[in-house]
Amino acid sequence: MELHALTIHALQDLLAKGEISSLALTRSVLDRIDGVEPKVNAYITLDRNGALAQAEAADEQRKRGEGGSLCGIPLSIKDVLCTKGLRTTAGSKILEPFIPPYDATVVEKLRAEGAVILGKVSMDEFAMGSANENCAYGVPKNPWNLAHVCGGSSGGSAASVAADECIASLGSDTGGSIRQPASHCGIVGIKPTYGRVSRFGLLAYASSLDQVGPLTKDVHDAAIMLNAISGYDPRDSTSVNQEVPDYTAALTPDCKGLTVGIPKEYFGAGLDPEVEQAVRKGITLLQEAGAKTVEISLPHTEYGVAAYYIIAPAEASSNLARYDGVKYGFRDHDQHELLEMYRHSRSKGFGEEVKRRIIIGTYALSSGYYDAYYKKASQVRTLIVGDYAKAFAQCDLLVSPVTPAPAWKIGAKIDDPLSVYLSDILTICTNLAGLPGMSVPCGISSSGLPIGLQIQATHFGEEKIFRAAYALEQRLDLAGKKPMIAGS
Amino acid sequence: MKITPEEVRYVAKLARLSLSEAEVEKTTLQLDGILSYVEKLGELDTTSIQPTTHALDVRNAFREDETRKSLSQQEALANGPLQNGEAFVVPRVI
Repeated sequence: MELHALTIHALQDLLAKGEISSLALTRSVLDRIDGVEPKVNAYITLDRNGALAQAEAADEQRKRGEGGSLCGIPLSIKDVLCTKGLRTTAGSKILEPFIPPYDATVVEKLRAEGAVILGKVSMDEFAMGSANENCAYGVPKNPWNLAHVCGGSSGGSAASVAADECIASLGSDTGGSIRQPASHCGIVGIKPTYGRVSRFGLLAYASSLDQVGPLTKDVHDAAIMLNAISGYDPRDSTSVNQEVPDYTAALTPDCKGLTVGIPKEYFGAGLDPEVEQAVRKGITLLQEAGAKTVEISLPHTEYGVAAYYIIAPAEASSNLARYDGVKYGFRDHDQHELLEMYRHSRSKGFGEEVKRRIIIGTYALSSGYYDAYYKKASQVRTLIVGDYAKAFAQCDLLVSPVTPAPAWKIGAKIDDPLSVYLSDILTICTNLAGLPGMSVPCGISSSGLPIGLQIQATHFGEEKIFRAAYALEQRLDLAGKKPMIAGS
Repeated sequence: MKITPEEVRYVAKLARLSLSEAEVEKTTLQLDGILSYVEKLGELDTTSIQPTTHALDVRNAFREDETRKSLSQQEALANGPLQNGEAFVVPRVI
């Protein structure tokens, strides 16, 4: 197999034995990008020369006997994470010229482990979207079928991993934005517990829900990446000061002693029969691996989308107030009155979905509506948290589909924002409760589109997720199943 | 209707956005659909329920009030769309 198609753990071995260099590996990935990027459109900014220089530096480090767990491994980074000296747009025109003066903590951590940063990948503008169709720099395509969306908002991350345009990627997840594109692109994606990973240098969308996490080719790689980025950061006052275990130690071949809850509300009307079939097969395989199963009820699941689409826009309307044409980014220089300069810079710089959410959020927080919308949604959030508390008294993990259906056709829902919002129903409650959740591939539909299985756990229950995901991956016959990108 | 074009114009003004008449019309319709869906929350009795604004039970994070290295003036200004080497330049306010 070509180097660009390999996993982190396979490449670690080859690099450690001196059979390959990071420079050769990085060149292989850059050649792959040259071959498929015109079709996939995963990257917003590619740092070709920077990547080659980092690869050479990594090879030097290794010769000196130094270098961390990701020494010489080429990665892509969602364009919502600040990279010092490398343009960071958040998929928005308003940040088109923005060059961050510092690295996000997670980027710093990847660099400390020796990673090679290839560039910045596509996303829905400010992470608002479920299909990566809201991006000022074009729509990335699903490598499994270029007519379909790759999911969102971390669509560029998922597409670049699935198309072997990087070895692994970092994304962010506010209501499913890692798990959903991972599911649509047939890769692994984990949203860690809120507070497990620093948000410093992550351009904020909804601060009480946002969390950074990896998108990878397999479960083992996800564990390696989560090891690298986890941990307390004094620069993020919501990060949690709790010891980080070695997640690769949780990769055991069985799940004896684990009780898996099957939440009945996640298998309701509207679930695609092929998705249900693939997930049920996954549950059977987990049973064969030694897991016990129990039916669980999370009765407030159906209210998650409504609560989220008040809470997240409310937080966004406040977070995005900073983009005013003064300190960074786009400014309408034709306006000579301060308020008009703000209004025109923001209106021309933000895309349609971002403006829509700012208006919803401002409305929900405005005088006279606060109690009816924001307070009500925050109370319903309490009920959702309570559902999970009851569920996790009976089981260790919750297993379900990630999305109600495989990836839809590009453009199919573009004029119906509510129908897109509703596609988030199976991932959104995880964020409202701050829980960890993973999408792991569990099948391929008859039309050739990937299907993911979601595993949720209680706060800081990532190791149990890794155990079940690894056991499942070992028992599924998906290894080596890769998208065939026409003409590549 | 849950929301009128007048309310959309007012909220847009609060949010420092400038919408064309066509955008006001489209936004009103879309917001009406979204807010009608959100009405669903009203099915639940939440009278005695405390709101959740943070998923984990974390307390205020304090640190010593010490000066630390921060961005230089040049670095902080570097991304300004209009700056004079000392400050960001904005249209005259007074």
